[in-house]
Amino acid sequence: MSADSHAAVPELLVIEAGHTERHYWRDLWRYRELFYFLAWRDILVRYKQTAIGIAWAVLRPVLTMAVFTVVFGKLGKFPSEGVPYPILVYAAMLPWQFFASALADASASLVGNANLISKVYFPRLIVPASAVITSFVDFVIAGAILVVLMAWYGFWPDWRVLALPFFVLLAFAAAMGAGLWLTALNVKYRDFRFVVPFIVQFGLYVSPVGFSSAVVPEPWRLAYALNPMVGVIEGFRWSLLGGRGALSAPMLALSVVVVAAVLGSGIRYFRKTERSFADVI
Amino acid sequence: MSDAAISVEDLWKGYVLGRPDAAQGLTFREALMRRTGSLFRSAGNALRRRTSRGDRDREEFWALRELSLEVRHGEVLGIIGRNGAGKSTLLKVLSRITEPTRGRIRIRGRVGSLLEVGTGFHPELTGRENIFLNGAILGMSRAEIRRKFDEIVAFAGVTRFLDTPVKRYSSGMYVRLAFAVAAHLEPEILVVDEVLAVGDAEFQKKCLGKMHDVASGGRTVLFVSHNLAAVAQLTQRSLILDAGRAAFLGPTDEAIRRYSEAHIGENAVDFDVSRTPRKGYGTGAARITRLRFERAMPVFDHAEDFAYVATIHALEDIPKLRFSMTIFALDNSPVGSCFGADDIALRAGQTADVRVSLPEGRLAPGKYYCGLSIGRGDYRTGHVDFDVVLDTLPFEVRPEEGAGGTVSCWVRSWGSIVLPEVRQGVLEVRP
Repeated sequence: MSADSHAAVPELLVIEAGHTERHYWRDLWRYRELFYFLAWRDILVRYKQTAIGIAWAVLRPVLTMAVFTVVFGKLGKFPSEGVPYPILVYAAMLPWQFFASALADASASLVGNANLISKVYFPRLIVPASAVITSFVDFVIAGAILVVLMAWYGFWPDWRVLALPFFVLLAFAAAMGAGLWLTALNVKYRDFRFVVPFIVQFGLYVSPVGFSSAVVPEPWRLAYALNPMVGVIEGFRWSLLGGRGALSAPMLALSVVVVAAVLGSGIRYFRKTERSFADVI
Repeated sequence: MSDAAISVEDLWKGYVLGRPDAAQGLTFREALMRRTGSLFRSAGNALRRRTSRGDRDREEFWALRELSLEVRHGEVLGIIGRNGAGKSTLLKVLSRITEPTRGRIRIRGRVGSLLEVGTGFHPELTGRENIFLNGAILGMSRAEIRRKFDEIVAFAGVTRFLDTPVKRYSSGMYVRLAFAVAAHLEPEILVVDEVLAVGDAEFQKKCLGKMHDVASGGRTVLFVSHNLAAVAQLTQRSLILDAGRAAFLGPTDEAIRRYSEAHIGENAVDFDVSRTPRKGYGTGAARITRLRFERAMPVFDHAEDFAYVATIHALEDIPKLRFSMTIFALDNSPVGSCFGADDIALRAGQTADVRVSLPEGRLAPGKYYCGLSIGRGDYRTGHVDFDVVLDTLPFEVRPEEGAGGTVSCWVRSWGSIVLPEVRQGVLEVRP
């Protein structure tokens, strides 16, 4: 191999202390297949040696839905706005379950892949992002159940379902943003191993999963939307249940702003700390 | 444009000892309390006192210091040095796994690093799946892996087990597959750490051959190894690292000569091994805590028994205990191994000094070191090791006096053992 056999001069890489990578996003693109491979590995491995395999992806949200339907719908007699209560709950359970498992998996992902971090270079962002993608696959599988459920009750969405991809994207961004924060913090402070399950458990009750946001008094609803998952979950309901639910434009706008802020700051914090991951992990 | 593929200027890399969160030196609680400290004055004060005490305890460690280096395009550079000299840190900084504390590196070309074989291998996945996964982690594209797939499988010799999870592989198969994937990486600059030390002798030879192809293929290679023979074979120029500094940079022959001399040059005769990290596996029922030669210099005469005294501490009741050891020549080739009889008994908590000697070792003049273990059983009965200490007890065997006042001469290539005098009987003499 001689230098002139290359059409272009090989790129110059400068490594310095505290020097932010200029090529970061290009590297991310170059390693795009690694997203796929890590997610693929996690999916392959996740259900190995389990008796019912991928059915777990379905079972978890379905059982939770059943419990919530009984507790909130039957015992608590929360309003259902003319929608079968299981569908009301399941439409919310989908994004919530995605968010919760993405958060849990992402925050544990870097520590779980410590051997990679300390032995190979690649943009570290790929690891938590792959964890989120893995959860997304479960989300898609669980989504098929919603279709079955809707067919069972004969309840079909209208044109608003076209907006669903936007809310999926919003859920993705929320999970990614919060996931990046927790991932980076968890590398340095293992305290967050205990914080994450708490957030997930607590979040289930402060987010409108088992009930509609309509039960929140009107003056408080905007403040309620500071929880970014409120916008996501009510958005899912709005687009799947034909405009029903408590979504309002200001709520949605607020959620989008909060999600964007969490995602933006999450990426910045992650990038700031990732250079020392190998030393700390 | 300069011809350098890699140019390193005044590189430093520091770690803070005893504190895992070295980068910022704060625990989460401290970080939190720093911010809220002014609100909770009293708590803040208590904490500040603790932090400053922590600061004093903190010890800085420089893994690399003022290192400057240029590697030309297509050059194969060897890096040698003792454990902890900074070799791995240098490779990690070069491959962007960790960032330098000070200094600057310019690299022209894509870097592929091979710091460990089988990084990211997942035991539950099959051989086939792991090839793709590992390839992607090392930076290969899917198309690239697919193109080289057959070659990789053939090189590893695992064709029949491609669809078996690698957790069922023998350790030999596992490392062969892992090395095979890594060996087919084709970056412009390749950084390799000690990965040749895998597999059996035959496979090692194959690995070395592969590395040779890579090195002579015009690629820039940085090659770290303890195996001086491999370094000599693959490289023309070498860097000796000593305590993070470049001790020498120049022709490999010269580097190896200097390193070999310095390596043994300390003449230590007493080794506290109670806290040295163990590279071999032991059950921990007993531990070797100290090793020493009963003399001022670690030098033995050829005719003399090689001997040392080991201090061992039993953590459990041990009815039977024996010593075993392997002697290595300085180029890391094993010379031979031996086992003692299971005739030492210790009760839990007891400490014993044991003199271990090897009669008729017949070691040729030269420099050696040992790997030793305490355990039970030997190569005939099967054995269990309680503790294993490698890379220890370096010593030298002095040439015997030559006949009639001359100096005896033993040529290195004759090997490390002086075999017994051959018997020779004349059967017939023909005219």
